[in-house]
Amino acid sequence: MPDEHEPEQELELTSPLVPLFVITNGRALPPDHQYEHTALVMAAEGASAMAGALSPEARQVLDLITEGFLSVAEVAGHTHLPVGIVRILLAQLEEDSLILVRRPVPRAERVDRELVSAVLEGLKNRFGA
Amino acid sequence: MYLDPDVSQTVKILIVGHFGVGKTTCIGSLSEIEPLRTEEEITEASEGFDDLSGTPHKKTTTVAMDFGRLTLSDSLVLYLFGTPGQERFKEMWEELSRGALGALVLVDPERLHESFPVLDLVESFGLTYAIGVNHFEGNTDYPLDEVREALNLSADTPVVKCDVRDEGSSAPALITLVQHLMTQLG
Ligand SMILES: Nc1nc2c(ncn2[C@@H]2O[C@H](COP(=O)(O)OP(=O)(O)OP(=O)(O)O)[C@@H](O)[C@H]2O)c(=O)[nH]1
Ligand SMILES: [Mg+2]
Repeated sequence: MPDEHEPEQELELTSPLVPLFVITNGRALPPDHQYEHTALVMAAEGASAMAGALSPEARQVLDLITEGFLSVAEVAGHTHLPVGIVRILLAQLEEDSLILVRRPVPRAERVDRELVSAVLEGLKNRFGA
Repeated sequence: MYLDPDVSQTVKILIVGHFGVGKTTCIGSLSEIEPLRTEEEITEASEGFDDLSGTPHKKTTTVAMDFGRLTLSDSLVLYLFGTPGQERFKEMWEELSRGALGALVLVDPERLHESFPVLDLVESFGLTYAIGVNHFEGNTDYPLDEVREALNLSADTPVVKCDVRDEGSSAPALITLVQHLMTQLG
């Protein structure tokens, strides 16, 4: 685990707000692709009641997504937890079957054309272009 | 705040550019949600070397990244990620560029030289891109051809003017990029 978080002077860098080690029990980071920024997550039905002992942060994440799907990036944005921590928490929650995960379809030439065309149409509709 | 339960596909486009070029402003003008911010971890070499092994020191720091969201249909949502263009954020790019449809590269015509490292990153990650020449008050109006030439762009790379504070101007720039993506797919 990184344990050398010195205060950062540079503008765009901020030091982590949370003691990483405590929240994650020293767990290894799941690979990025497992919970990409654009993967969607939502609490499983009854998850809140089913969940046993959760860290306050895992509980915070679960509560946030009880009412609907949000992206991994949005979970990080709303909870102010670093994305790396959110990923570990989601891995724990998924292991305990407490969340549903919708992962983005990987890119492939054939799906791409349809997808990009849908994006174009969606943008035109939305912005009246 | 929550997504439509029918949303089954998410896509992403990167809004990139050098420091202070208008990435966050652009995302703010387009996003349907109040733009959010994530903390991304990166490792960087720090000053000096490890005394015993002689290897460069490495440290983990976090970088803030802004993003926004656009629901495009019952089943499709687009995320816009504002990605800083400094070479030392390469690790972040590696992850964000994976699966991204393309990049809108914002440039400031008065600081074009600052865009070279950004273009290097975009190209090294194989992202298809369009250039949005952001208008700042007081700037002279630079002919787009001059921008194209100064940045050494290929003839088919779209270059459009925009004022990223204005949705009516950011949206056409984004649409230009997506039209370009279509032509690239043949
Ligand atoms: N006049 C004018 N000001 C702008 C425009 N776009 C951005 N600004 C201002 O320029 C400053 C930087 O814009 P940001 O959107 O924060 O730029 P950024 O690329 O996100 O900056 P960093 O994240 O710090 O790299 C802000 O004070 C904006 O209000 C523009 O089109 N016209
Ligand atoms: Mg910014």
